[in-house]
Amino acid sequence: MITLVTQLSYLVAATLFVFSLRWLSRPKTARRGVGAGVVGMALAMFGTLLHPHIIGFEWIALAVIAGTLVGVPLSRVPLTAVPQRTAISHAFGGLAAGLVGTAKYSIWLGEGELTAFRTTAIVIEVILGFLTFTGSLMAAGKLQEVIPTRPITYRGQNAVNFTLLAVAVLCGVGLALNPENWHLFAVIVALSLSFGVLLIIPIGGADMPTVISLLNSYAGLAAVAMGFVLENQLLIVAGALDGASGFILSVIMCRAMNRSFRNVLFGAFGQVQTKAVAGEAKPVKSATPQDAADYLAQAQRVVFVPGYGMAVAQAQHRVREIYDELTKRHIDVKFAIHPVAGRMPGHMNVLLAEAEIPYEALVEMDEINPEMAQTDVCVVVGANDVVNPAARSDRSSPIFGMPIIDADKARVVLANKRSMNPGFAGIDNALYSADNTLMVFGDAKSVLGDIAAALRADSEGREAA
Amino acid sequence: MNELNLSSMLFCLMLATFVGFQVIQNVSRLLHTPLMSLTNAISAIAVVGSILIAGEQKTTFSTALGAVAVFASVTNIVSGFLITDRMLKMFKERPKS
Repeated sequence: MITLVTQLSYLVAATLFVFSLRWLSRPKTARRGVGAGVVGMALAMFGTLLHPHIIGFEWIALAVIAGTLVGVPLSRVPLTAVPQRTAISHAFGGLAAGLVGTAKYSIWLGEGELTAFRTTAIVIEVILGFLTFTGSLMAAGKLQEVIPTRPITYRGQNAVNFTLLAVAVLCGVGLALNPENWHLFAVIVALSLSFGVLLIIPIGGADMPTVISLLNSYAGLAAVAMGFVLENQLLIVAGALDGASGFILSVIMCRAMNRSFRNVLFGAFGQVQTKAVAGEAKPVKSATPQDAADYLAQAQRVVFVPGYGMAVAQAQHRVREIYDELTKRHIDVKFAIHPVAGRMPGHMNVLLAEAEIPYEALVEMDEINPEMAQTDVCVVVGANDVVNPAARSDRSSPIFGMPIIDADKARVVLANKRSMNPGFAGIDNALYSADNTLMVFGDAKSVLGDIAAALRADSEGREAA
Repeated sequence: MNELNLSSMLFCLMLATFVGFQVIQNVSRLLHTPLMSLTNAISAIAVVGSILIAGEQKTTFSTALGAVAVFASVTNIVSGFLITDRMLKMFKERPKS
């Protein structure tokens, strides 16, 4: 009877998870999706607690309390830190899978119940779980800038990584043939933990959106493997949903950079470009915030292109002030969002939503590009590679072929940057020296604040007159 | 494990992956960050396996690992759902004038 209730609760939970993701498709129904997810999860936990094999609840209760105590503050991080938080939660997901796999192995080892199938499933679960764990911790460290964000590369890196993985897989095969050999199991755990670290150190900041999506996918697949170990369909369904989501996001990110998975993971992006840095500095025209405000006030259509620099400077609220001033003047303002702008998929949308910019104003790259030629002023805030025209025209550029936002087609481009130092990839950006571009140098937050203040002063002056 | 169980699990995986692709392709790019935190919380369904291990109390070793796994999963569930909701609340339509 109890198992029937458990099974039913699992079935309903799986259904609710599917609805949860379905409702997430549009902003209007999205919060309902969260509700469905919460109910599904509560049902699944309730059903599990009824399981007859559970003889004590004290450890469960303690862990639930501790998890809640850590989880609540983790959900209140500033939105600029969301990529790090996401990476940490992938790490926790991987950790849970790895630990459950290890525990199950030790239990079955003691009881002599290890079969080839169970061992294989455990090996997959443990490899995916532990590599996701350390890989995601590394990604979080890079995003938090505790670890150097630039790619760390050395000669023969890929050979080392592949050898490690191959040895782990071979040990897995050996273990499946001879499940009692727990030394092999320990080797697999150690190799997966190291592989996760080594996989992430050559990856640079701008590749983080892809890597985070990929780790998301791995965390889901680890849950699927756990489902096979425990013969639990709910785990398989929920894990597959997560795995599919991470996979789709990775594909979108890769396409948006015109790169393949292989290239992101094993390409060590930053290395290729060092030679491109040494170029003659071309003359650029600069403008003051007051000039920028004058251009904006005379425009009819304005497009903002936000990038990671906006997140770093926390400038989204200043952007919002300018948006308010311009919409007051009946100027059409849109935000062009490149899929890989920022450090994770959708990063810019969340930051701009936080600044209470209505989501109708946030436009995808493919939709905005045809409108760029009719745009009077394009404001580039902390974006670099995603507006670099070299991606369209310069075959020798490392980013050639990457789809970009055609900022250079606007009549006037106002580009905000701290200085003329090239961006993360060290690629020259011809946009900055173009005839129609004016550079507004300085910290994004203060520059945009000054522009907003100039616009305000202008409109107050006009009201007074 | 018998073959019937294995094949039913594989069917389950195949269908769930298919449904996942269909549903997630429809998610607006606007919401990709909340999508990631929501799927994060959902994949913390690993809590089910963790609870079983921590509650079976077969050995001290397995109970300890299970308890840490419950902790990690619950952290993901709590923070994942809360932050998703927090972000979604911020997505507002243009006020009708």
